[in-house]
Amino acid sequence: MSVFSDLTSLLRSDAQSVQVVPPSGFTAQLTIFTAAAMAFLAVFALALSMASGRLATTWGDELARSSTLRIIAPQAEQPALTATAMRILESTAGVASARPLDAAEQQALLAPWFGTGVDLSTLPVPQLIEVIEAGTGFDSAGLRLRLEAEVPGAVLDDHRQWRAPLVAAANRLRTVGWVSALLLGLSVAAMVTLAANASLAANARVIAVLRLVGATDRYIAQAFIRRFTLRALGGAAGGTVLGMFVVRMLPAATDRAGFLTGLGFQGSEWLVPLTVPLLAAAVAFVATRLAAQRKLRELA
Amino acid sequence: MIELDRAAYSYGGDALFADISLNLTPGSFHFLTGPSGAGKTTLLKLCYGALQPTEGQVRVFDEDIGALGRDDVALLRRRVGVVHQDCDFLDHLSVADNIALPLGVAGKVSSGTKDDLTELLAWVGLTHRRDAHPPELSGGERQRAALARAVIMSPDIVIADEPTGNVDWEMSQRLLKLLVELNRMGKTVLIATHDLSLIRAAKAQVQARVLRIANRGVQLAGADL
Repeated sequence: MSVFSDLTSLLRSDAQSVQVVPPSGFTAQLTIFTAAAMAFLAVFALALSMASGRLATTWGDELARSSTLRIIAPQAEQPALTATAMRILESTAGVASARPLDAAEQQALLAPWFGTGVDLSTLPVPQLIEVIEAGTGFDSAGLRLRLEAEVPGAVLDDHRQWRAPLVAAANRLRTVGWVSALLLGLSVAAMVTLAANASLAANARVIAVLRLVGATDRYIAQAFIRRFTLRALGGAAGGTVLGMFVVRMLPAATDRAGFLTGLGFQGSEWLVPLTVPLLAAAVAFVATRLAAQRKLRELA
Repeated sequence: MIELDRAAYSYGGDALFADISLNLTPGSFHFLTGPSGAGKTTLLKLCYGALQPTEGQVRVFDEDIGALGRDDVALLRRRVGVVHQDCDFLDHLSVADNIALPLGVAGKVSSGTKDDLTELLAWVGLTHRRDAHPPELSGGERQRAALARAVIMSPDIVIADEPTGNVDWEMSQRLLKLLVELNRMGKTVLIATHDLSLIRAAKAQVQARVLRIANRGVQLAGADL
C-alpha cells in the first residue's frame, strides 16, 4: 500500500468505499469530540508558545543592546559627573551612543510610583544615562573600573543580571508550548489508533465479507483511513476555530501589559493555528493507516 | 482451472487430509461430499485461496495459490464466485448494494450496472427485495442473494458451500436450477454438500462428478449416488 495512492484515494470522492464500513454513531462522535478538544488545547499551546517567543525576543534583543548608567550624587554635583561619564562613554569601544535622560523622561519612569507632576529637583533622584551597544558590545568590567576611578557613585547596569533568567524562562515557556502541542498531536494519534483498532476489530466480519468478494487490503484500509481522517479533520477544524475565537477574545496587550495580556497571536502568527486541523488529519491518516495495516495482517 | 497437486492440509498438527490430487476442468460440475467435519469447507477454502495447503500445491487459473500475496489472492477471488452456507452480508447495505459489492470493490461500477443488477435480481427472483436489508431476508432469499453476489462479476468458477443447508426442498431445487444454468453458461461449478437428494437431482440435469472426502483423501464416488 503506497502512501501516495492512499492519499489520492482519500482526496477522491469514493462514497462506496466509505459505505462498506457500517456507521458507528457514538464512536464517531467521540472521535470528533476528542479531536476538537485536542485542537482547542493545541491553539492555546501555540498561543502560549508564540507569546513566550515574543517576550524572549523583546528581552533578548532589545534590552540586550542597551545598558543604564546611574549617577548617584547630590544634585549640585550631577552635571559635572554626568559630563565626565559621557566623556568616558564616548571614548569607550563598543558604545554606539550614550544619552542622559532628561527630566521629563525620568519623571515618566517614576510616574507609576509617584504620579505625574513631581518636581524631581526636590528628590534625591540619580541621573540616568542610556547606553546603546555597538557591534560586539563593550567591556563592562573595564568600563566599571574607569567609572569607579573618575565618576564616584556611578553604577553601570547592563541588564544581564535580571534579563538572563527572564529570557531563559521565556524560552522555556516557548519550548513548553511546542512540547504541549506535540503531546497533543501524539494524543490525537493514540486516540485515533485506539478508535481505528476498535473499529477494525468490531468490523472483522465486514472485512471477511469484503475479502470474500475480492477486496484488496488497500481498498479495505482506505475505507477506514478516509473515515477517521475526515473525522479528525472535521473535529480539529471545529476545535481550532473555537480556540482562535477564544484567544481573540482575550484582553489585548497594553503598555502596562503583563504576560497574560499578551497571550495570543499577532499578524501572520494567526496562520499557525490554521495548520492544526491539517496536522490532526495527517496524524489521523498515518495512525489509521498503520493500525489498518497491522490489523489486516492479523485478520489474514 | 482448479488443480490440486498432492495437496495436504494440517490443523494443529493433525492432518485433515493429505496427498489430494484433483483437476477441475473448465465448464465441469462437481459435488464434494462427505461426513460433517471431513474437511469439505477446508477443501473449498483451498480452492479459492482463503487457506493455503500445508503441503503440495493448489493452482487456480494456473496460479500457485501458495506463491501469491494477499492482494493477488484478492484479485484472483474476483474470478471465483463463492457462496457460503451462512451467507455473510453487510447488514447496513441494501440487498442491491450487497449484490453489487464485488463491482464496487473491483472499481467496475458503470452506467450499465443498474441494468445488470435489475436483470440479476430478476434471475434470482429478488426484484421485490431490492431495497430490503439482509436481516429482513428469509434463508432462501439470503442464499439467492449470495448466489447473485457470487456471479455478478461473471466469474469463471462458482464455489458453493452447503448452499441448500438452510432452505427447504423447493428452495433447494430452485437454487440448483440457478447453479445448473450457470454451468450451462460455461462456468465451472463446485458444490460442497451432504444433501444426497440435491446430488441426484443435479445428475438428472447435468453431467456432474461427485467427489467424496473420506480417510483423509478424496475419491470419485460410485454410480450409487
